[in-house]
Amino acid sequence: MRRYDRSEMVTALVLLTPFVAIYGLLFVYPLLKMVMLSFTKSPLIGEGDWVGFANYIKLFKDRLFSVAVWNTLYFVLLSVIPSTILGLLIALGVNRLKGWTQSAVLAAFFLPYILPVSVVYRIWGWMLDAQFGILQFPIEAIFGERVPVFRTLPLFMPAVAFITIWWLVGFNVLLYIAGLRNISAEIYEAAELDGATRLQTFRRITWPLVWPITVLVATIQLILQLKIFDQLYLFGQGGRTDSVLSLVWLVYRDAFQKNQGGYGATIAVVLFALIVGVSVLQYQALRARGEK
Amino acid sequence: MTLQSLRRWNLAGGVITTLTLLGAIFWAFPLYWAVVTTFKFEQDVVREGIDWLPIRFTVEAYYNALFNTKLGLWYLNSLLTSLAITVLVLISSAAAGYAISQLNFPGRRALWWIILASFMVPIPALIINHFVLMADLGLLNTLTAVVLPQLIAPVTVMIYKQFFDSVPKDFREAALMDGASQWQLLFRLYLPMNWGITTALAIITFIGAWNNFLWPFLAITTEDKMNVTVGITQVTDAFGVKYARQLSSAVLAGLPVAVVYLLFQRRVTQAIMLTAGIKG
Repeated sequence: MRRYDRSEMVTALVLLTPFVAIYGLLFVYPLLKMVMLSFTKSPLIGEGDWVGFANYIKLFKDRLFSVAVWNTLYFVLLSVIPSTILGLLIALGVNRLKGWTQSAVLAAFFLPYILPVSVVYRIWGWMLDAQFGILQFPIEAIFGERVPVFRTLPLFMPAVAFITIWWLVGFNVLLYIAGLRNISAEIYEAAELDGATRLQTFRRITWPLVWPITVLVATIQLILQLKIFDQLYLFGQGGRTDSVLSLVWLVYRDAFQKNQGGYGATIAVVLFALIVGVSVLQYQALRARGEK
Repeated sequence: MTLQSLRRWNLAGGVITTLTLLGAIFWAFPLYWAVVTTFKFEQDVVREGIDWLPIRFTVEAYYNALFNTKLGLWYLNSLLTSLAITVLVLISSAAAGYAISQLNFPGRRALWWIILASFMVPIPALIINHFVLMADLGLLNTLTAVVLPQLIAPVTVMIYKQFFDSVPKDFREAALMDGASQWQLLFRLYLPMNWGITTALAIITFIGAWNNFLWPFLAITTEDKMNVTVGITQVTDAFGVKYARQLSSAVLAGLPVAVVYLLFQRRVTQAIMLTAGIKG
């Protein structure tokens, strides 16, 4: 076994101290405290009695918890799959363009991704404004009347999911373009010489070769959207929030608005477990293709 | 390939290109529509019909956003917290990345695995205990409270380690022969060789900090300490909805990150690839 060099160890210690201190104080400690808090009946700030698994049992009877789980999964379904497919389609389209047209078109698709959620909220709040929104013209033409989209329950989730796709699809496009550029032009030339149709080329060459990117994009989006809060909250605030809340929103509601820190932490633990589970699956899926 | 199938090929290609261009216009339109609205008078904004351009041009909405609201203060708060986060994250990550990549010390592998594993932890799950911790430290409603939890950046450490790993060993040995210390190695060799990565990570960290909503929203309740992302959505006009004013605050809130992106497109792209796990 190799001996450690004393001066090297001291240097390492000095270099690691800021990171480890931040990490310990703001990551490991809150994580452990979160788990402990979930076994108590505490307010947000202050001590509470140890109640064992009572909070976890309560969770199963909590109607709002099942609403939150359902809404989160519904939102994931509405956003992840369409944004992955759309990301690939846009990337295929952008990849055909050349020079400045390509840069301009890519920038158009990507620019929303860089904006804060609050800006996205303001822009789309205006686009779909029940009174003066420009999209009320086509809505009126189709439905015969103006529709307050964010105050109409069946439309709320699809609308926010649509806006989320508009906001974030640029990220997927970027990853797909990187993937498409890695496919050598020679393969396509060979396929063309063999008289392959466009559809055959896509199905036999492009699709299998970008599959790893698809897995990556879909799982990144999945993990991101399981944590959905910002857009839902912004568009939903002031409305019938109990019908549209997500898991993170429920954590916020119970811990911060209802002052039930212990119960809020229980929901946070479930969210934590859910996302770690998905991340492990993601890791497995990505490793599987690496070993092939 | 026959002439006929070649023609069909080109026709399909033309359709795809047209659709892509239409898509780009559709994507950019909300941005255009928001910006153009900010240059209209409030009474023109709510006029019947659609004015694709302002019938009367004005910067009144911007004047109002800048001088009659707390936007300037929120801007300053956003700028201070985002810069602090960027600087602190980069320093602590580069130092840790260098130690894990190049130095030999007990627990190195364990630390690396912990960092890799922590990548999976959803930060929004920690909001309650971050809040409790900040309350215990007496930091609620301070900019420090906004900064602290945003310093957790395992990905930045991972990227630095990766890039430090790929610096050729010959350079290191040559520098050590010349009597360089570990500090000189880091600051004169490893960091300068990776300025590009530092720039890319700095830009993406700044954008992330500027755009963050959930934590600043929880940590701050007094209007004077708010970030611009929280301020423009949580503080509403007492005089009813003023569309041009609301949108002009939003445009100003998004402007810094949009400008940073347009100036440093290549770096932003590179940073996004890196954080997604694709070495670009």
